[in-house]
Amino acid sequence: MANTLVLDFERPIVELEKRIEELKSFAKERNLDLSEEIDNLQNRSERLKREIYSNLTSWQRIELVRHPQRPTAEELIELIFDDFYELHGDRLYGDDPALIGGIALLNGEPVTVIAPQKGRDTKENLERNFGLPHPEGYRKAIRLMKQAEKFNRPVITLVDVVGAYPGIEAEERGQGPAIAEAITVMGALRVPTIAVITGEGGSGGALALAMGNRVLMLENAYYSVISPESASIILYKNDDFAKEAAEKLKIGSQDLLEMKIIDEIIPEPLGGAHKDRVSMGRFIKEALERNMNILKGLPQEKLVSARYERFRAFGKVKEDKL
Amino acid sequence: MFKDLFRSKPKYVTVRPQKQTDHLEHSEKKEIPGGLWIKCDKCSNILYKKDLEKSLYVCPKCGFHFVISAKERITLLVDEGCFSEFDSEMKTIDPLSFPDYLEKLQKYQEETGMKDAIITGLGKIKGQEVVLAAIDYNFMRGSMNTVVGEKIVRAFELAREKHLPVTIVSGGGGGARMQEGVFSLMQMARTCQAAELHSKKNLLFIAVLTQATMGGVYASFASMADIILAEPGALIGFAGPRIIQQTMKQNLPEGFQTAEYVYKHGHIDRIVPRPFLKDTLANLIAWHRR
Ligand SMILES: [Zn+2]
Repeated sequence: MANTLVLDFERPIVELEKRIEELKSFAKERNLDLSEEIDNLQNRSERLKREIYSNLTSWQRIELVRHPQRPTAEELIELIFDDFYELHGDRLYGDDPALIGGIALLNGEPVTVIAPQKGRDTKENLERNFGLPHPEGYRKAIRLMKQAEKFNRPVITLVDVVGAYPGIEAEERGQGPAIAEAITVMGALRVPTIAVITGEGGSGGALALAMGNRVLMLENAYYSVISPESASIILYKNDDFAKEAAEKLKIGSQDLLEMKIIDEIIPEPLGGAHKDRVSMGRFIKEALERNMNILKGLPQEKLVSARYERFRAFGKVKEDKL
Repeated sequence: MFKDLFRSKPKYVTVRPQKQTDHLEHSEKKEIPGGLWIKCDKCSNILYKKDLEKSLYVCPKCGFHFVISAKERITLLVDEGCFSEFDSEMKTIDPLSFPDYLEKLQKYQEETGMKDAIITGLGKIKGQEVVLAAIDYNFMRGSMNTVVGEKIVRAFELAREKHLPVTIVSGGGGGARMQEGVFSLMQMARTCQAAELHSKKNLLFIAVLTQATMGGVYASFASMADIILAEPGALIGFAGPRIIQQTMKQNLPEGFQTAEYVYKHGHIDRIVPRPFLKDTLANLIAWHRR
């Protein structure tokens, strides 16, 4: 894409690509055969990309998932599902534009899809409250989850949320209780649930939508109890150490897979989801299909007990007197 | 040397006054030298410590509720000698090997005599069996980690098995504990699920929200109780006041996120002053007996 924001660690790649372009037009202008040099440079560029993108630090991955061109939930939904019919409102207070939900078709089968929705630019972000849901967002999610259960539809969530909105009105309308209820309801659903952490998995606001029988995660996404910036403030009284905090908190997909917090990493196209949206959609769809096929065969009781056991396992402690 | 002279005193006499302003610092003791007098955080009156003990650490002048330890809380609620603690040796495995965490824990363990921030057990309240848990605000501000989560899950599971009510007195000012990262986050999931399974057996769960119940504790099991009580003045909410102030760039309303405020907005059932708490719990449990 022409106007893609370039991140600092991507500069060497961009410089090299610029040189290749320059060489190409120079060859054309002068009618010279520089194909060997160009091929060499292109090979170097591919190697450089692979080297840079496969050795990203936790912080660089966070920069990637915060990239303004990262596909939002709406864009991913369009790529993954055959159809999506959005449903609105929590039937209590309002309709939260920061969280969308509705009925979609996954290979022709109806599923309920729920996802926080960020904006793609400033205007959209203001409308979407930067994808930070209020309690009515979580209550809409709860309503749609119960609806899915009634009609025996699986629930799929796509989670990219910095956190639940911290504000006076959000507190007054019960942000804490709304999140608690979403966790509880999704945790006990009698239909298959799959959560995909697609970008930022920010604390309770993300967990409220991540009570999956399966929890999948895009390669560069993070999932954390606290943002690295806030952790840095608590540890060092300022946010200069967010990069360090990001490493210490072990919030990347590889660490989380090793700790079994997530079940599977969905690979991203080289350089991140925004570099090749179509492939990204295909990778997610493929993972959803595969996991859904396993879950669809399970009886309702088993779905509930397996989900309970999945989370029950995160309580390893020491009990001897030493 | 002096310590020996005071050994006969119960350990819990030292009171840490509650402090709403700074969550990060360990709250300081506002004791007047000599240790016999304590200054009230709210009305600034100097109180005789013996009187304060008798009034259950509620200021006799202004009704301010001082923070009490989990041990004191349980002593206050159960019939004398009727409490058997579960899992008292349970400790964290430090799942992230987080820098300086074990040292920090050790400091709190030495200060409080607890292994972590919660006490759970089987007790009797006016002769009625109940599974009881109390979170200790003085232990890393009562933040929820794997130990707190695991003990709560086991408490609910045991209560479900034995068909008993559960009462949890929360004081989770720190929300989910940062040093155990995503494992602390998972405790929100586990405690909600355990509470739900207990609830599906039509068993009673009462939450008592005390100073302070915030973040991941408020946004999980504490909000899922059948009946939610709170102590006067307790700070209760999801996002910390400072974060909200930064985001909103405006002043917070008077009394924001106090028990009285969340009561007004319909999120808790009743505010119960400490001297009435035991009787209230006893009645509620009796009315749900089957
Ligand atoms: Zn006072």
